[in-house]
Amino acid sequence: MLALVAQAKPFVPADDDVVLERLPEMGDPALVELKRMRAALMANPRDLDIAVPVVRRALDAARRLGDPRFLGQAQSALAPWWQSDDAPPVAILLRATLEQSAHDFAVSLRDLDRLLAAHPQMAQARLTRATVLTVLGRYDAARRDCATLAGIAAPLVVIGCEAAPASLSGDAGPAYDALMQSLAYAGADAAVREWALTLAAEIAARRGEPAAAERHFRAALALDPRDPYLKAAYADFLLDRGRPRDVLPLLRDDTRNDMLLLRLALAEQRLPDRRDAFAAHRAELAARFDAARRRGDSMHRREEARFRLAIGNDPREALALARANWAVQREPADLRILVEAARSARDADSLALARDWIRGHHLEDATLMAALGEPR
Amino acid sequence: MKRAVLLIACALLAAPAFGHKASDAYLTIERDGRALHGQWDIALRDLDNALGLDANGDGQITWGEVRTREVDIAGYALARLAVSSGGERCHLVPSAWLIDTHTDGVYAVMTLDGACGQAGPTLAIDYRLFDGLDPQHRGLLNFVEHGESRSVVFSAESPHRVLGGDSDGPLAQFATYMNEGVFHIWTGFDHILFLLSLLLPAVLVRQARAWRSADSFRDAFVDVAKVVTAFTLAHSITLTLAALSIVVLPSRLVESGIALSVVLAALNNLFPVVADGRWIVAFGFGLLHGFGFAGALHDLGLPTGSLALSLAGFNLGVEAGQLAIVMLFLPFAFALRSTWAYRRMVVAGGSAAIVTVAAAWFVERAFDVGVFGALAAR
Repeated sequence: MLALVAQAKPFVPADDDVVLERLPEMGDPALVELKRMRAALMANPRDLDIAVPVVRRALDAARRLGDPRFLGQAQSALAPWWQSDDAPPVAILLRATLEQSAHDFAVSLRDLDRLLAAHPQMAQARLTRATVLTVLGRYDAARRDCATLAGIAAPLVVIGCEAAPASLSGDAGPAYDALMQSLAYAGADAAVREWALTLAAEIAARRGEPAAAERHFRAALALDPRDPYLKAAYADFLLDRGRPRDVLPLLRDDTRNDMLLLRLALAEQRLPDRRDAFAAHRAELAARFDAARRRGDSMHRREEARFRLAIGNDPREALALARANWAVQREPADLRILVEAARSARDADSLALARDWIRGHHLEDATLMAALGEPR
Repeated sequence: MKRAVLLIACALLAAPAFGHKASDAYLTIERDGRALHGQWDIALRDLDNALGLDANGDGQITWGEVRTREVDIAGYALARLAVSSGGERCHLVPSAWLIDTHTDGVYAVMTLDGACGQAGPTLAIDYRLFDGLDPQHRGLLNFVEHGESRSVVFSAESPHRVLGGDSDGPLAQFATYMNEGVFHIWTGFDHILFLLSLLLPAVLVRQARAWRSADSFRDAFVDVAKVVTAFTLAHSITLTLAALSIVVLPSRLVESGIALSVVLAALNNLFPVVADGRWIVAFGFGLLHGFGFAGALHDLGLPTGSLALSLAGFNLGVEAGQLAIVMLFLPFAFALRSTWAYRRMVVAGGSAAIVTVAAAWFVERAFDVGVFGALAAR
């Protein structure tokens, strides 16, 4: 029934001047340019020199706006090189990037492995592989990739690459210190600094240092106030710190993004004066998860598990989603929702699995330990 | 600098789940016999991407900008949706235009009316909206028939589905295709007329340039069995060869050849050239009819997973349908074989009628003109 909320009855607009839709390129010169470049590519679809900038811009738009329609555009630009094993290296790299963004990690790794075997100096491919390996929880392999970046990528990129897997496998302290040292030098590109600051904030939060985390989150937001990944991470931090009201101004204008709308709804749930907004957002989220499920998407499992557990009050379904998600990706947030769902559903197996993982990898995460009900 | 920015974009992409969803369109098709009704909701953003709806380039799409492009939208979308029943394309036309809101934005809603030439047991749907523009697009179909609905997701990887009957599981699939085979032989009048032309004289014996009754049912039965077996063997061979794309003939050649085979088979009853060897004729032309069956099967589509099973099911369905016709025909013809009515009216009159109809088919198919349509219009 909730699915019907977003689907009122079809109607005939009152007159020709009624504005029905605002296109994303409205007031966004980068997207206007992307549209123009795609038109040029249509005329020469096999020209890699035209296709590559189209894919890069589309990938950037997808990340910046959290809008997967741009991933479809990127994939379509890569169509002539999508299947072939002997595509040019840059095409394979972009393909692997798209594959991992669709959470096809195994396919992405296969492309990256082959690419790096032939071109070991390709920094971008190495960083992408390290990221995929980190998401999969293969920290040693990720750290080896990061180590070989030294000398072929900017120092802060090398340090950040290393800090992500290191902080999840027993070296959170040294990883954090190295990030701080490297950040102390000015000069790096603003986007790289924002990324490194976000990473530092997350590590500080996991180590139970909220004041430092808060400082880094704010510094990162000053560099890019719109980054959806950063906003989601900061919102999670605020929710964990019991500050739901601070989430409202942060995410007020981000209701089109499911990931951010979920955080907004989680904050509103805890604020009695936001009851109406919460009810509307809960219905909207249910409709969106339903829409994603209908098209066969499985990329939203982590968020949907959180929704089912915290808002839908359905620990069994949440646990099933969290377990299915854990089989695919192993970030701290994936472990966190698994633990929370397992506790609610009283599933000893999943809790044991989480404890083994934490012990086996020496994972330091204060909120996760609290969720497990264990002393820090 | 550019390079570093991309490094970060790549690095962060792996982490978060995306906000909204990728491109979907919502299609409903309701079938009632030959009649089709439907509704197709397509995102305005996606239509703009394909057709450039934003005429004044202000980044906003108004109702006027949609309305003035209705013909283009319908043309674009319907060219990428093929619905067929009983091996024939069904026709769909837009009947009304509306607007609706889905979770990720505003959609144009096109209601559809249409009809199929025949109400086959299944409906084959080929969905390729935004083919080449967005490989992540999905078509979410809700198919309604006999008050029951069923959901199907079309994607660039699986653009083709056969609905109706229950096409889940290999056994159900086998049954579905067998059903299609029976349907095709029963509604494929050219195949039936060809078979009947060869069977009409089976209860008679040609002696000294005149027909006389067959002495025993056994003789008549053996004659029928020879013709039917030869026809079956021949069309099974070519159906398989064509379905597996080993031999491919242009459909105009096949279809007009089939019409010609009916003309010749019926003419042979009026002016006998071949009498005892009709099974040879059945075999020779049967090869051609097999290509015709393959054409129907091609429109239906063969599932890659259970190709051999589906092909066997379709072929067996054709045989079963054909045997049913023979079993109805033979006792009737045998009982009446000595009568004047059977020889003059059924064999001679029937064959003459078949020659006329099949000759018209031949002209229609070979020269692509509508004989029956022109006659009906008078």
